[in-house]
Amino acid sequence: MSLTVDSVSKKFGRFPALNGASFVAPQGGFISLVGPSGSGKTTLLRILGGLEFADAGSVRFADLNWLDMPARTRNAGFVFQQYALFRHMTVADNIAFGLKVRPRRTRPAKADIQQRVKELLDLVQLPGLEERYPSQLSGGQRQRVALARALAIEPRMLLLDEPFGALDAKVRKELRADLRRIHDHAGVTTVFVTHDQEEAFAVADLVAVMKDGRIEQYGAPSDVRRNPRTAFVSEFLAA
Amino acid sequence: MKIFNGRSLARWRYEPRLRSGKFKNPTDDPIWLKLLLSAMALGFIAVVLLLPLLLVFREAFANGVSAFWAAITEPDSLAAVWLSLTAAAIAVPLNTVFGIAAAWSIAKFDFWGKTFLVTLIDLPFSVSPVVSGLIYVLVFGAQGWFGRDLVEHNVHILFALPGIVLATVFVTFPFVARELIPLMVDQGRDEEEAAATLGASGLGTFLRVTLPNIKWGLLYGILLCNARALGEFGAVSVVSGHIRGQTNTMPLHVELLYNNYDYVGAFSVAALLAMLGLITLALKSLLEWRYADELAAAHRH
Repeated sequence: MSLTVDSVSKKFGRFPALNGASFVAPQGGFISLVGPSGSGKTTLLRILGGLEFADAGSVRFADLNWLDMPARTRNAGFVFQQYALFRHMTVADNIAFGLKVRPRRTRPAKADIQQRVKELLDLVQLPGLEERYPSQLSGGQRQRVALARALAIEPRMLLLDEPFGALDAKVRKELRADLRRIHDHAGVTTVFVTHDQEEAFAVADLVAVMKDGRIEQYGAPSDVRRNPRTAFVSEFLAA
Repeated sequence: MKIFNGRSLARWRYEPRLRSGKFKNPTDDPIWLKLLLSAMALGFIAVVLLLPLLLVFREAFANGVSAFWAAITEPDSLAAVWLSLTAAAIAVPLNTVFGIAAAWSIAKFDFWGKTFLVTLIDLPFSVSPVVSGLIYVLVFGAQGWFGRDLVEHNVHILFALPGIVLATVFVTFPFVARELIPLMVDQGRDEEEAAATLGASGLGTFLRVTLPNIKWGLLYGILLCNARALGEFGAVSVVSGHIRGQTNTMPLHVELLYNNYDYVGAFSVAALLAMLGLITLALKSLLEWRYADELAAAHRH
């Protein structure tokens, strides 16, 4: 039931975004992909989410050939840096979206969906905001809604692309702690992309430091911090 | 930082002048210049836009309301009104579907030849309508590419409704697409990607996410398309054949009546056409007002 990423490569035109990235993570782990911009971390995350296609390599997750599945059947919750909330829907409709689009036989009843929305809003600590529109929320609140929306589908995997990148330092710290709490509560395998090494090391069980489309070093935060394997990693940690 | 310092310095220098009462807003102009420019603008609008419109209605009602009514309820006029409305009723939905499809593919996907497609959509704007009418004569005319086959199978395209619809579709093609492309490009693909990761199908995403986000822009494009479809003269003139009561659209009928020295008739139909245009304009302004709110909300997001 673990996540195995095996030499995944991707080129955009002639520019190689990923150059054979590999790592193995246990079921329910919290993995941070960290590195400077252009290191391929977002591309790798989007490949895991099915929003981008790999040129080569394979991903196995929960005994599934993950890359052969289209995004909509992967059941992987994705949280975007710019929230990507549905701007014409209320918070409740945003969160319920993934449940409402299910085929009739697997779609929960209306009352159940309503109940689920309420629970999720409590979980992300925004109780009572059901009827608001995204434009009436602060950045931090929007990202909490986006997180609730991704969790509503009871995802097999939670993917976060610089989710706190657009927020100020105080809100970042709060959300980071909440994300960890929610992850531990839901027990879902989580891959978290950030360029902020402090954030990556503070929140994750396993850290993959990326550079030029490869994983430079992979391991528990304390191990990576204690034994940086390359000059790049030690410089990146010092920055 | 430098700009900020520059600004604060400028403010500091202005202050003594403010106190002595000689402060002048740097973007302000003398009163005589303001009046002159306003008079020029208003005069231009009055002469070029308002006066002709008023004259159309004055001429239409020159012999009273009953003459106007008689002119527009005359069988040939009614046939022209009906034909114009029919052509628009076919052309506008077609271009709505084409326009949405074109804008959707251009804004949400990357593919080879995309810039060429955008240029192609603009083609009807840059080609004279008469030329586009002539193209259909070349293709479907008796001496045209398909002319002989069409005659053999007794299919009438030129000098009949299909030709008029084709010409109208060609000329009004860009309106919906042009309205939607910048809007959809601006909105990006994030919401569609989010919908896909949440399990929505392609069609479900389009109906639940994309379409609601563009609805006001779409309506606006449809109105513009409709106004042009009703008013199109050049291209339709070439393919219609001007058969009274059969292939004469409203604009063509106005010309025909005018050339027959039936001024009241010509201006009555023209007034009706102008009224349809004014209704469209009113709806458009209403939407613009609504749509501005929505766009602002979208940008705040």
